Amino acid sequence: MLKKNDVKIRGKIMKIAGPVVVAKEMAGAKMYDVVEVSKDRLIGEIIELRGDKAVIQVYEETTGLMPGDAVVSTGRPLSVELGPGIMGMIYDGIQRPLELIRKRSGIFIRKGEKPDAIDRSRKWKFSASVKRGDTVKRGMVIGSVKESATITHRIMVPHDIESGVVGKISDGEFCVDDVICEVGIDNGGKAGITMRQVWPVRVKRGYAKKFAPKEPLITGQRVIDTFYPIAKGGTAAIPGPFGAGKTVTLHQIAKWADADIIVYVGCGERGNEMTNVLEELPKLKDRNTGKPVMERTVLIANTSNMPVAAREASIYTGVTIAEYYRDMGYSVALIADSTSRWAEAMREISSRLEEMPGEEGYPAYLASRLSEFYERSGLVETLSGDFGSVSIVGAVSPQGGDFSEPVTQNTVRVTKCFWALDAKLADMRHFPAVNWIKSYSMYVDRLSSWYKEKFGDEWNSARAELVKILKRESELKEVVQLVGMDALPYRDQATLLAAKIIREDFLQQSVYHENDTYCTIERQGKMVALILKFYDECKKVKGELADIKKVRVMDCVKRIALLRYMDDDKFDAEYEGMIKGIEDEFSKSGELADD
Amino acid sequence: MIKEYHNVKSVEGPLLFVEGVSGIGYGEIVEIESESGVKKRGKILEISENLACVQIFESTMGLDTRGTKVKFFGETLKVALSVDMLGRVFDGSGRPLFGPKVVAEAKEDVNGMPLNPASRESPKDFIQTGISAIDGMNSLVMGQKLPIFSGAGLPHNYLAAQIARQASVRGKNNVNFCVVFCAMGITFEEADFFVKDFEESGAIENAVLFLNLCDSPAIERLITPRVALTCAEFLAYKHDYHVLVILTDMTNYCEALREVSASRNEVPGRRGYPGYMYTDLASIYERAGRVKGSKGSITQIPILTMPNDDITHPVADLTGYITEGQIILERRLQQAGISPPISVLPSLSRLMGNGTGPGKTRDDHRDVSNQLYSAYAQGREIREIVSVIGEESLDDVDYKYLEFAREFEARFLGQGFYDNRTIEDTLGIGWNLFSILPESELKRISPELIEKYFKRSL
Repeated sequence: MLKKNDVKIRGKIMKIAGPVVVAKEMAGAKMYDVVEVSKDRLIGEIIELRGDKAVIQVYEETTGLMPGDAVVSTGRPLSVELGPGIMGMIYDGIQRPLELIRKRSGIFIRKGEKPDAIDRSRKWKFSASVKRGDTVKRGMVIGSVKESATITHRIMVPHDIESGVVGKISDGEFCVDDVICEVGIDNGGKAGITMRQVWPVRVKRGYAKKFAPKEPLITGQRVIDTFYPIAKGGTAAIPGPFGAGKTVTLHQIAKWADADIIVYVGCGERGNEMTNVLEELPKLKDRNTGKPVMERTVLIANTSNMPVAAREASIYTGVTIAEYYRDMGYSVALIADSTSRWAEAMREISSRLEEMPGEEGYPAYLASRLSEFYERSGLVETLSGDFGSVSIVGAVSPQGGDFSEPVTQNTVRVTKCFWALDAKLADMRHFPAVNWIKSYSMYVDRLSSWYKEKFGDEWNSARAELVKILKRESELKEVVQLVGMDALPYRDQATLLAAKIIREDFLQQSVYHENDTYCTIERQGKMVALILKFYDECKKVKGELADIKKVRVMDCVKRIALLRYMDDDKFDAEYEGMIKGIEDEFSKSGELADD
Repeated sequence: MIKEYHNVKSVEGPLLFVEGVSGIGYGEIVEIESESGVKKRGKILEISENLACVQIFESTMGLDTRGTKVKFFGETLKVALSVDMLGRVFDGSGRPLFGPKVVAEAKEDVNGMPLNPASRESPKDFIQTGISAIDGMNSLVMGQKLPIFSGAGLPHNYLAAQIARQASVRGKNNVNFCVVFCAMGITFEEADFFVKDFEESGAIENAVLFLNLCDSPAIERLITPRVALTCAEFLAYKHDYHVLVILTDMTNYCEALREVSASRNEVPGRRGYPGYMYTDLASIYERAGRVKGSKGSITQIPILTMPNDDITHPVADLTGYITEGQIILERRLQQAGISPPISVLPSLSRLMGNGTGPGKTRDDHRDVSNQLYSAYAQGREIREIVSVIGEESLDDVDYKYLEFAREFEARFLGQGFYDNRTIEDTLGIGWNLFSILPESELKRISPELIEKYFKRSL
C-alpha cells in the first residue's frame, strides 16, 4: 500500500484498550490515515492526534497486542478499491472479500488476513468508447466491460486527472491493473489509466449537478409504492422494535426494487440473516432482466460479532461503492441494516476515547455523521453527463421500540420517508407491520406528477381517499370502544368495513406467497380502484338494506380478498369482471329486497 | 514466557492495577497470588506502557498492594477440551468440580474468533421439542438462537429442561445430540433441579455442565458462557455433535458486565449498562449456527428474567435484537394454571419458515400456525371487549372465538411439562380446535388443506 517516495512514519504502541490503540512517535501522520499495527499488520485508522501521539481504531481483534509493538502509517486514508469484479461479491466492513478469506483460513476469520478486494488476475473484455485524440475530463467514461450478466461496468477517468488528450487506447482483454488508456495531461505529463481505482471512503464522490428526485423507486410492496413511496435518489428510515420485520422488509426491497444496482450493508446484524440473503439472491430472478438478482448486488457483511471499528467503516464502504456505480449512470439503492448498530459502534469508540458524551452516551457528532451519510444519496448528473442516483434506506433499531431515542430522532430529521414499524401490528401478524397512521413520505407531492403521467389523475386522488378512510377508522375505533359497533350509523360502519378491507387485503402482503410477494404498480392501482368502487357502492345503499352484516358476506368482498394471491395472467380478467360485477351485485341485492 | 510482578498500585472493586510491567499483551490471562497464598485468575482489560489494568474473575478480598504477586503467562485464556467432558460438571471457569483434570485433545481460546458470514449455512432442520406452542407456532431450528424471556417466579427452568429432555430430529434416531448447560449466577436449587432432571432422564451422559452459582464470584460469569461455547464449538465442529446450549440466566451475566463497566468509570448507556453491551452479547449469541463442511450445529436457548416483566429492559431488548426470535412466558397464563405459560402472540421464531412445511414437517404446518395465531388473537381481543362492555353485543361468531381462545389455552398450550407431543399430534390438536369455528372463518388456510385435514378431523 506504500508509495515508494513516501517517508514511512513508524511509531510504537503506548496503550491498548479494546479496539482503541494509542501510539507514540507518530509525528507527521495525518488524521484518518490508515496504519498497520504490530507484526500481524492489523489494519487501523488514525482518529485523533495529540502532539506526536496518535489514537487509532483497529479494525481487527486487538488481543495479544503489546505496548512497544510497531505502528506504521500507510500515508493514505481508508479507501476502497473500485473496478470490475465488485458485483456479486460479499465483503466485510473494510472491503475484505469474505469468500476468499473462507478459502484461506476456514470457518473463522483469522487476524491479519487481507486478500485483494478485486481479483487482479481475472481478464476482462474491454471496449473503448473514446479514441486517440479525444479530450477527456475527470469522471468521463472511456470504455466499458461486461461485469456480470446484467451490469455493464463503465470505466471512468480517475478524479486525479483533471483533463487530457487520449493517447494509446484499444479494445482487448485486460486485467484490472493493466494500463488500458494513456492520457496526455494538460501540463505535459502522461498518465496511464487502469480499470482499478482507489477512493477514500469518508469522502463523497463528485458529480456535475444534483437534482430533486422525481421518479419513484418501485419496490413491489403495496404499503410503500402506493402509500408512502420513496423516490430514486431519496432517503427512507425504517425504525421498529425487534420482531417487527425490519430486516424482512429490507430484504424485500433488495430483492424486488427496480434499481439497477443494490448495495446491501449488513451492519452489526445477525450472521444467519446474511447467510439467508447469500443463499436466496442467486436463486431469485430479477423481474426486469430475468437474470439472478445476485448479478446486480454487492453485499457488505459486518455482522455483530465482527470487530466494531470495521462496523463503523462498513456504512462508508457501502455508500462509496454505491456512488461509484451511480457515476456510471445507474440507479443504485443502498440498504443499511442497521444504522443503529453503526451509531453504537461510534458510541463505543467515542467512549474509549473518553470523549464528552451527548445524549444516552452517543457522541455529540452523531447527528452530523448521520446527516452526512444520508446526504450522499441523491439524483445527480454525473461528470460524464448521464443521470444516476443513490437511494438510501436505513433501518433503525431503537431500544425498547422507543422512537424518542437519539438515533431515530436524528435520522428522521434528515430522511424524507418514515416507515414506522409497529410491534402491535407484528403481534397480530399484520405484515409488513408499517403503521399507516404514523408513517409518512415527503415524496408524495413531488412524485404525484409521475403517477399522474402514468395512471392519470385518479391515482393521486385514490391514494388520498385510502389515507382518509384509514384516518377516519382510527377516529371511529375510539367511539366503538365506548359505545359498541351497533350504535354507529350505517355510513360509518361502511367506512370501517372499507378500512378493514384496505388493511387486510391491500396493506398486508405475504413474503412467502409467490404471487403476493411482489405486486406490480399497475396491479396496485387496479386493486385500489376495486376497493374504492366497492366502498362507493357500499355507501350508496339506503334504507333497510343498509345492513353491514349483509354487505360483509357479499361475494365481491371475498373476491377482493383473493386478488392479491391471483396469478398475473388471471388478474386482469378478474379486474375487468369485478369492475362491473361489484355494481351488479349491489343492484341485484337491491332488487331481491324489492321483491 | 511467565513474568511475575509485585508492584500492585491499587485494587478497586474487581480491578487491580499493576505498575512497571512490560512485554504484556492485551487480553492476556493473569494469575494473582495473595500474601496468604490464595490464587486467583484475571484478564488484562487495558494496558499502557507501564500500567496494566487487570479484571479479576474472583473476589478481590484478601488482596493488598504490598504482598500480592501477579503472574503474566503471555497467553489468552484457553480451556482444555476433550470429548470426555460429556457427562461431567465444571465450575464457571471450566475447572472440573469433581474428578481428574481433563486430558486435553485441544486447547482453545475462550473468546473464539468471529465466524465468517460466508462460511455459515442457513439453519433449516426442524427440531421437535414436543411442546405444541413451540413446535406448532414458533418452531426451533438447528443452529438457531431462541431465548426464553421470562420473569421472576415463572417456570422457565422447567421449560428449558423439557426442551433439553425432549429435543429430537424427526425421522432420525442416530442423531448425535448433546447438551451444554451454562449456569450464570443461579441458585444452588435451580442448578440442582437441572442436574437431577438430567440424571433422571439419562441426559447427563450427554451433557457438559458449567456452573457459576449465586455465591460464585460475579465477575467469573463473564467468562462462563465463553468457556461453555468454546466447548460447544469443539463438540459441534470437531466431533459432529448437534449441541443444544442452555445459558441461564443472561440477566445475571449483564449485571456482572455492568459491575465491571462501572468500576472502570465508563460512560454508561441505558440504565447504567455499558454502551458496548450489544456487541458483547452478540459475541456470545452469534456463536450459534451451522457451518459449511461440518455436520454439527450449535443451537442456543438463552434464558433471561426480565426485571419487572419489562420487555423494554436493556437485557431483553438487546437480546431480542440479536437472537432469532423469542419465547415469552406470561404471568397471567401462569396464574390461570396453564403450563408451560407460553404467550404465543408476542413470541416469534424468525427461522420457522426455514424449517417447516412440506418435506420438513407437514404441508399444513404454516397455514395452521397462521390460523391459530389469527384466531387466538381475535379471541383475546373479544375477551377484552367483553371485559369492558359485557357480552350483550356479541354475535354467535364472537362467542365461538371466545370458546376457541379458552380451549386453545387449555388444550394447545396447557400440555404440562411432561407431555412429549409429535408435530402431527400438535397439528392435530390445532385442527380439532378449528372445528369450534365455522369453516368460513378459516381464511388463512388454503381450501385444499381444509379439504384434506379439516373434513377428516370432523
